[in-house]
Amino acid sequence: MEPVNTYRSGPDETGHFGIFGGRFVAETLMPLILAVEEAYETAKSDPAFEAKLTYLFKHYVGRPSPLYFAPRLTEHFDGAKIYFKRDELNHTGAHKINNCLGQILLAKRMGKTRIIAETGAGQHGVATATVCALFDLPCVVYMGATDIERQKPNVFRMKLLGAEIVPVTSGTATLKDAMNDALRDWVANVETTFYIIGTAAGPHPYPAMVRDFQSIIGIEAKDQMMEAEGCLPDTLVACIGGGSNAIGLFHPFLDDSSVEMHGVEAAGKGVTTSKHAASLTGGSPGVLHGNRTYLLQNDDGQILDAHSISAGLDYPGIGPEHSWLYESGRVKYVSATDDEALTAFQLCCRKEGIIPALEPAHALAHVSRIAPKLPKDHIICMNMCGRGDKDIFTVADALGEVI
Amino acid sequence: MNAPVAIESITGTADSGRITKRFAALKAEGRGGLVTFITAGDPDADTFRDLLSGLPDAGADVIELGIPFSDPMADGPAIQAASLRALKAGANLRKTLDHVRDFRKSDDDTPVILMGYFNPIYKYGVEKFLADFKDSGADGLIIVDLPPEEDLELCIPALEAGVNFIRLATPTTDDARLPAVLKNTSGFVYYVSILGITGTKSAGNDDIQFAVERLKRHTDLPIAVGFGINSADAVRDIGTIADAAVVGSAIVNRIAADLDNDSRAKPGLVDHVLSFVCELASGVRG
Repeated sequence: MEPVNTYRSGPDETGHFGIFGGRFVAETLMPLILAVEEAYETAKSDPAFEAKLTYLFKHYVGRPSPLYFAPRLTEHFDGAKIYFKRDELNHTGAHKINNCLGQILLAKRMGKTRIIAETGAGQHGVATATVCALFDLPCVVYMGATDIERQKPNVFRMKLLGAEIVPVTSGTATLKDAMNDALRDWVANVETTFYIIGTAAGPHPYPAMVRDFQSIIGIEAKDQMMEAEGCLPDTLVACIGGGSNAIGLFHPFLDDSSVEMHGVEAAGKGVTTSKHAASLTGGSPGVLHGNRTYLLQNDDGQILDAHSISAGLDYPGIGPEHSWLYESGRVKYVSATDDEALTAFQLCCRKEGIIPALEPAHALAHVSRIAPKLPKDHIICMNMCGRGDKDIFTVADALGEVI
Repeated sequence: MNAPVAIESITGTADSGRITKRFAALKAEGRGGLVTFITAGDPDADTFRDLLSGLPDAGADVIELGIPFSDPMADGPAIQAASLRALKAGANLRKTLDHVRDFRKSDDDTPVILMGYFNPIYKYGVEKFLADFKDSGADGLIIVDLPPEEDLELCIPALEAGVNFIRLATPTTDDARLPAVLKNTSGFVYYVSILGITGTKSAGNDDIQFAVERLKRHTDLPIAVGFGINSADAVRDIGTIADAAVVGSAIVNRIAADLDNDSRAKPGLVDHVLSFVCELASGVRG
């Protein structure tokens, strides 16, 4: 791959990051996809749009989220200094709300009257249901029947917020199938409906748009780190399912060559088994859900089931920009297993009094591997992208406890 | 980078000619055609082989075969289930081409179109796929998730290799966009008559007529209309409005109706399905 002057200029005008990304959608959707792109380009340069989003970020979400020095984990690992970007303190408990607010403002601008979304863990579904309540738009959330079973608290939350939850029983009844059914709904209701995609994937302009809305994480972290330490962090760490929290943290730092970045995929029972969700480590390039990216697939191009203890990472693909950053070498991608995430989850509870979501527990598992080997002046900034209240039943089950 | 390339600029190998011949013959007979869709390898390789070889005599003018895919995003429950049944029974893209090759041993006239999603072809390798596709005796491709914006992926290489690339036009394809959609289309144009997925709802004949007339103003290619056509009467109606009617889910449902609880074909499946195709064909064969 040729060296590049900047890692922040993508995608190109056809929605590609290198060979990744693109617009692989049915013709019925294509005119709408182009309309979304046009509306987003206009909104981006409209100060009123930005002002609305900034207002909601501050007064509704509670931004900026704190940058927190984690003293006891730092002491425990006896190596690098560890900071958490606390996006789990956002309204609704994760980074997902950043993107949902941006997209629903766009939907309103486009005059759309109905919102659909897919959800895995339910965090994106809850965030979408939340903004739909706020903006008084009907909300339909597609969720795999398997996920409905393992994420009951979030299902009830969405109901309280007024959303209709459609159980998806096709395929493997998880996140990828929920996305298939959301796309099927969109094709049938293309004139009225806006699809709020939850991660930095899907057809162009979604990967770029979701990244832009999530980049507030990295923009804040940069300022906050300068204030706290007077320098940039040395290493950024974030977990990756589709990769929206990671790209949100990484993107503003991509051209700061001193900053290393580590994306942590879900290794499930291990990347050498058939039960994992590590698309980069264990997959190959393919085309699904509107974009070319790394996918878990067999030799015939059939998509394989992903597995992770964390429903939010349980997806057989990854955002196309991550695939490009992986091949260009700018970001290092590693993985953490279910067991490693569970250990990190418990450690974080005991050492910092923070119950993390199982998703960032994967990031912390990687931090726990690298921090002890690093010098004391090395600064790690990890994205604590969600809180773990939703996961207590899963964790109790994994630990063999009955609650 | 992905700007549509004008067809005039493509100097490829000649295509098989079967599609053009078949539509010319239909025109000479003064009737509309019947395009039948089934998924390759559904419900199992042997049953499928019998279905495929029986389709021309049953009245299929053009045969469309679904390439099995795990995530068929534009398809409704009937065709999703057919894809999963086929995959479970061991179907894949290579075997799909083998089926076409077998079929060609006994039928050199009926056009065979493969319809599906890009990923299995991408994984197979575009160049190798096009070579094997030509060799199998198949005639055209309909790839649902490749709009003109992605023409460089497969459409242009296919046209250059002499493989017809049949595009879908939809109710959302407005006059401004239509020329881009039709530009690199060959064989025929497939008009998706509804907003939605396969096998769910049907459009009114007036709407379809209006849409077909609009398409005819932009192209000389034959127009086939699909989505929501499920009876001999519907085939008859479409046959008078357009050049051909496509029936998919309704046939696939007949396959599903003759499966046991383990998705195995019950005796009589092939006869039942082919009689249904006969019945459909009566709509355009008087």
